[in-house]
Amino acid sequence: MDLSAISPTLLIASLMVAATPLLLAAIGELVVEKAGVLNLGVEGMMIVGAVCGFAVSVETGSPYLGILAAMAGGAILSMLFAFLTQFALANQVASGLALTLFGLGLSALMGQSYVGVKPPVMGKVDIPVLSDLPFVGHILFGHDIVLYMGLGLTAAVWAVLKYTRAGLVLRAVGENHEAAHALGYHVVRVRILAILFGGACAGLGGAYISLIRVPQWTEGMTAGIGWIALALVVFASWKPWRVLLGAYLFGGINVLQLNLQAAGIAIPVEYLAMSPYLITIIVLVILSADKSAAPASLGRPFHASN
Amino acid sequence: MNTPLLSIQGLTKAYPGVVANDDVSFDIAEGEVHALLGENGAGKSTLVKMIYGLVKPDSGTMTWQGNAFAPAEPRAARGSGVAMVFQHFSLFDALNVAENVALGMENPPPMRDLAKRIKDVSENYGLPLDPDRTVGDLSAGERQRVEIIRCLLQDPKLLIMDEPTSVLTPQEVEILFQTLRKLKSEGTSILYISHKLEEIRTLCDHATILRLGKNVGECVPAQTSARDMAEMMVGDTLQTPTRTAQDGGEVVLQVDDLSAASGNPFGTSLKNISFSVSAGEILGLGGVAGNGQDELLAALSGELLTAATAVTIRGDAVGNLGPNQRRGIGTLAAPEERLGHAAAPNMSLVENALLTGAIRQDLTKKGFVNWKGATEFADQIISEFDVRTPGSDRAARALSGGNLQKFVIGREVLQDPEVLIVNQPTWGVDAAAAAAIRQSLMDLAAKGAAIVVISQDLDELMEISDRFGALNEGRLSELRPTSGLTIDEIGLMMGGSHGMHVAGEETVEQEASA
Repeated sequence: MDLSAISPTLLIASLMVAATPLLLAAIGELVVEKAGVLNLGVEGMMIVGAVCGFAVSVETGSPYLGILAAMAGGAILSMLFAFLTQFALANQVASGLALTLFGLGLSALMGQSYVGVKPPVMGKVDIPVLSDLPFVGHILFGHDIVLYMGLGLTAAVWAVLKYTRAGLVLRAVGENHEAAHALGYHVVRVRILAILFGGACAGLGGAYISLIRVPQWTEGMTAGIGWIALALVVFASWKPWRVLLGAYLFGGINVLQLNLQAAGIAIPVEYLAMSPYLITIIVLVILSADKSAAPASLGRPFHASN
Repeated sequence: MNTPLLSIQGLTKAYPGVVANDDVSFDIAEGEVHALLGENGAGKSTLVKMIYGLVKPDSGTMTWQGNAFAPAEPRAARGSGVAMVFQHFSLFDALNVAENVALGMENPPPMRDLAKRIKDVSENYGLPLDPDRTVGDLSAGERQRVEIIRCLLQDPKLLIMDEPTSVLTPQEVEILFQTLRKLKSEGTSILYISHKLEEIRTLCDHATILRLGKNVGECVPAQTSARDMAEMMVGDTLQTPTRTAQDGGEVVLQVDDLSAASGNPFGTSLKNISFSVSAGEILGLGGVAGNGQDELLAALSGELLTAATAVTIRGDAVGNLGPNQRRGIGTLAAPEERLGHAAAPNMSLVENALLTGAIRQDLTKKGFVNWKGATEFADQIISEFDVRTPGSDRAARALSGGNLQKFVIGREVLQDPEVLIVNQPTWGVDAAAAAAIRQSLMDLAAKGAAIVVISQDLDELMEISDRFGALNEGRLSELRPTSGLTIDEIGLMMGGSHGMHVAGEETVEQEASA
């Protein structure tokens, strides 16, 4: 066992990379749930985003077009969910599960000819001076653009929900859709927009795995990150900064345990493998002990019939 | 005469199978308090939703200060100066007062200015409110203040109030009326919807009466008796329930120092409740909603288990028995929420009859259901309680609220209980059906049952109960004979005015003496 082989700079830098797909998917789902919709199709939207982003990057040679395509792919798939739940008034849980299964199948089909292909590499953001700082420079600067988008998105979602009228209306719709409707707000419109946003975020998260983190395409490569994102939103009590904390914690412990495995620590691999889940849940449960505040209309269908 | 503020001409709105409004016309003058009277289902709510832009009329026109008025959505109506206080509050529990107010405004100022304006306006009208409090923690009266302040901040020309007093104590009602009179003196018109006739007689200048969607008459409330107005509403002479006075029988239900935590995180815990009910007696329990009514019913029906000795029936400790065991010894209950609590919405009336009647009506044998017997029982309820439905095979949710309520009460009454606990037995039920339900409760008492009626309708409790008590924050006031109780005394038993004060006067905390 050689713990000195674990470099803290590398560890922190790679935990940020490991956490980003989870953060993106969870922050999107947070907005969806704040609007009162429970979309269990995050995993499906992620994997479709992953394959769309991968395919478009390979075909066009531009990872940035791929990123856009991934967001579009996730959003388009989420439109199916929006149609089922907001117009056909289908059960949200069943529709979400169907979306995940459909997305996994569809992505496998779409990605058949891309197995084993290498995608174009996305350049790192290189900020002169800052990136060259010792330690901090390597950790905080010199990542790819999507990673910063994830952080920016978290801040933006927090600020919009807390300070803007749009955020207030979104929360109102999720809290009491009948009252929001009575006051003249368009419940279904707000929810569809939230679902599309969630789909785009999940797609982006998926593409981050296939284009940057791994980078290659294999079937089912999101490997349950979408489900963890769903759980993370709940354990984070629907608060954006706690989602960030949870995602980084999860990513961090995941990276750490992989490093520990590589260093040959005398703990069975199974325990190490389960540790990210356990520790993230424990920390967030302790944090959420104050007051769990699920949006009151979460998962309830709305129809303006009276 | 001046141009009316709002003139309604021939408004008609039909839904599949029912005409909600049929050629309704009336005028509201500036600075007038106009009452809209009618039974449940008379079309009052649809009418005001058309004025507020939530529903589009099929035909008919409205004019606002002489100009055509057809709001496409609430935003447009608010822009013209229409504001509305909803019957079921359009508030968001998890948001604070200022955020709730902002959501009801077209162009809310920044939060800090808004908070200050809320403070100013609320002090000015005698409705103190803290803008930073979370609405979920407020009492019903305080919640209504939020709605009213939300309207007042928009300087409305027409304020629509849909059944505003149903959740208030008598003192709070009086303060609300002072606020409304102050508004009226400032030139605001008020459209006041209610079926409480005495309130309308004290407050309103003019009344329009709706029945089955049609405008069936107008009157000046101050010059018309409540009975005449009621008969215009119903279109029939009213049967007043009658009963013969009972001498005190032996004590059947005894509640002794009952304390229980609520099963609901936002519920009210019961605190040291003691009372007894004798055979043939009706005990009426009033109080503003959310003061422990649901919890008390749950504790008496067996849904909420307590210490065994806290509830005794004919001397047997039953506090730790579940609902079915209590049904076995003749203790039945009908909770407030008809759909989902008293009846399973998607199950047929036969199945619903079976669910609570299985034990006392002997409808199961060795675990097998006696469907023939259950159907007969359901049909018996339907015929004896005049439940209007095509058949007992219909799902409970297909019945109108009043009909389902008759079914739910009838189901328990026909099982011949020794103890019956009902919560809001006539809530949302039209006057004729309400009278029938009250009569059935009194007949049951005359046969020797001990009955506890929990209700927010004080007139109902005064009419049918022998003794009255009020629940306030999970505690029970002392019990007093109904005859001779004044409305002021009742109000104090219910907890006074919860810190409201009359518009324009110094803050005087009216202490709850109960």
